[in-house]
Amino acid sequence: MTVQNLIDDFSLEVLCGGADAAQKEVTGGYCGDLLSWVMSKAQEGDCWLTVMGNVNSIGVAVMTDVACILLTENAAFDEDAKLRAEQNGVIVLRSSENAFDLAVKIAEKL
Amino acid sequence: MDEIIRQHYDVDGSDFTRAGEASGKIKKTLKDIGFTPEAVRKTAIAVYEAEINLVIHAGGGEIDVEITPEHVRIVLTDHGPGIENVELAMQEGYSTAPDRIRALGFGAGMGLPNIKKYTDEMDIQTELGVGTVMTLKINA
Repeated sequence: MTVQNLIDDFSLEVLCGGADAAQKEVTGGYCGDLLSWVMSKAQEGDCWLTVMGNVNSIGVAVMTDVACILLTENAAFDEDAKLRAEQNGVIVLRSSENAFDLAVKIAEKL
Repeated sequence: MDEIIRQHYDVDGSDFTRAGEASGKIKKTLKDIGFTPEAVRKTAIAVYEAEINLVIHAGGGEIDVEITPEHVRIVLTDHGPGIENVELAMQEGYSTAPDRIRALGFGAGMGLPNIKKYTDEMDIQTELGVGTVMTLKINA
């Protein structure tokens, strides 16, 4: 499934990212908020579920080539992060649901 | 690619929001010249962790990169406080990062272990009160 499919299927809020980024293929998922841990474990193509909406999260997304960042439980997304995400073509989405509930639903679609 | 590519980056220690810029550029260079995706990923993770360390612990520093067809060598130099106990710092979970850094998602004690894991060679020369020079090598 593509990031766009994910947005449509789960009515996700799009905080940042254009049409190109939304065409990326989602091949897996990863949940985590400790950035070094995520960087070590998340794989290219993952949908990364986290509450970390700061500039360093964008750095981690760029380094790991995850398909998108999905902020859970309406976590905050700061302005610095938005700017960095736009510069690097990282798509950032948001949902009110928690990581567990979202992960279960996304896994069913993959 | 026959020639050796050399790059130099200054890392600003006062601006945490810019940490990761040098790693991003190094990653792009390796990708563009055709390093394997695995080598690109390993380098990106190792250098990003090391760059973050420069900002968190050392007040910034310098990164020198040498790319050959066989490998990428990265030398990170800082004039920070030095590492008191390298063996301890290499253990997963050991961290001296302040709470404000932990709140941003770093400081889990994974930095140096991650660097070790993703490099083919890693060397740390450190002196208390003088600084640290870390040399990393990743094979192409």
